[in-house]
Amino acid sequence: MTSLLDTPLVRPGIGQGLKDVFRRRYLLKLLVRKEIKLRYRGSVLGVIWSYVKPAIQFVVFYIAMGVFLGLNKNVGNYAVYLFSGIVLINFFTEALNNAAKSIVYNSGLIKKIFLPRELFPVASVFVSAAHFFPQLVVLLIGCLLTGWQPTPLGIFAGFAGFLVLAMLSVGLGLFFSSVNVYFRDSENFVEMMLMVATWVSPVMYQWTMVHERLGDFWFAVYQSNPVTVGVELFHYAFWSTTSGGDAALAAPPQLFELWLPVALVVSAAVLALGQFTFRKLEVKFAQEL
Amino acid sequence: MSELSPITVEIKGISKQFVLRHTRSIKEALIWFLKGRKGDLSAKFHALRDVSLDIRQGETVALLGFNGSGKSTLLKHISGVMTPDEGTVRTRGRVAGLIEVGAGFHPDLSGRDNVYLNAAILGMSETQIKERFDSIVEFAEIGEFIDTEVRFYSSGMYLRLAFSVAVHSDPEVFLVDEILAVGDEPFQKKCLDKIQELVDAGQTLVVVSHDLDLVQRICSRGVLLEHGRVLKDGPSHDVVEFLRSRTKG
Repeated sequence: MTSLLDTPLVRPGIGQGLKDVFRRRYLLKLLVRKEIKLRYRGSVLGVIWSYVKPAIQFVVFYIAMGVFLGLNKNVGNYAVYLFSGIVLINFFTEALNNAAKSIVYNSGLIKKIFLPRELFPVASVFVSAAHFFPQLVVLLIGCLLTGWQPTPLGIFAGFAGFLVLAMLSVGLGLFFSSVNVYFRDSENFVEMMLMVATWVSPVMYQWTMVHERLGDFWFAVYQSNPVTVGVELFHYAFWSTTSGGDAALAAPPQLFELWLPVALVVSAAVLALGQFTFRKLEVKFAQEL
Repeated sequence: MSELSPITVEIKGISKQFVLRHTRSIKEALIWFLKGRKGDLSAKFHALRDVSLDIRQGETVALLGFNGSGKSTLLKHISGVMTPDEGTVRTRGRVAGLIEVGAGFHPDLSGRDNVYLNAAILGMSETQIKERFDSIVEFAEIGEFIDTEVRFYSSGMYLRLAFSVAVHSDPEVFLVDEILAVGDEPFQKKCLDKIQELVDAGQTLVVVSHDLDLVQRICSRGVLLEHGRVLKDGPSHDVVEFLRSRTKG
């Protein structure tokens, strides 16, 4: 009984932000596991779907874009080029879309029980990372079939590209999920933004085309988008050694020396802004939902 | 209750206003802004006005009052779901409980998964859950159905499992919002016995209920709220009598 006196009086409902998510990581694990379990409930093939869908997508790209449209002529091994960018964009799109809706979606719980609400957008990003994994496996198989050579810098580039987009997803997810409580326009805005994201990064085309048209200054602006840097890092990691000669097209100069640090700083700033906004807005979640 | 017991819930002059009408789109907000912010975008409503309350360890407190008197809102302030506009709420130790039966239960997960998830939501650690798992299932009388999806449960089974998880979470302050009225007679008695056991072990209990007989049985102290103000605070028997006499007019 005396031990209780040693516990300080604290104000309930005032959280520590993302630190609380780390403290409650067991709950995070269960929330992520729940979403993954629910995704394929009642389906016979279950998790195999996660492999079949991207594999079919890859084959379609290879035949339609590479062979029929003849894009292989300009960009060697276009299917891997395209697919390595697309898997990363898929991860970002799913993570941010679900994160932005996560607070409103879990309103039943948020209105009844206090728990660190950051858990929900963060869990969405983790779930998307779990769905990203099968796509990565398919990509790696495609890479190996077309003569991929893993290099230490290439593997580093893969991890770095993923990290940049994961940080960005958490940051934007925190921001838009909290704003979404007050203005449901937020999730529509996110959908629009994500549609644009595929095109303002060199997923379908190459960075050199942008550089030629825009010149140095606007190209620098283009490059300061962390999504662009992430996609280029993935090209470097998975495509450059399979392209048959034009590997320099994978990445603009100074990708590692300049643009990766820039992307990390921008993502960290977005994360800080997201956390700040979330904490400002979360105090009234229960009554606004 | 002894005056020397430590305070577990300290509420100092809290007020809470709710905004009733809401604009849900940026368009409406923008138009309102462009029109020179005339009028209120929303109507306001005082849910709590200057409420102060100290609850000590081991006390059993019932929050009483008619619908809309602010008792559930007060409970949400203690749990941390809501934060006051003015004043402060401070609590000691872990606060958890049943604000609604099975908030956090997912129908498509098995009973087992739901126990783990819900217990973690209520703040239990992995080891605690593993230690108490058998006890939770036994208390809930779920037996072999523990691996069945919860949507196939009867409402009684659902309630029993949810209640069982909550009582096993063993918080310092246990909050219960209007759930004791559900469940069949034997299970209700079992729940009350369990609550009594927790109270004897030094747990603080805060209950919101309309069931005045029940309140008199399990709570020693009653706090009557009306229009967001504390109208009466005293032994539960007196407060219940007072409330009954007011109802009669």
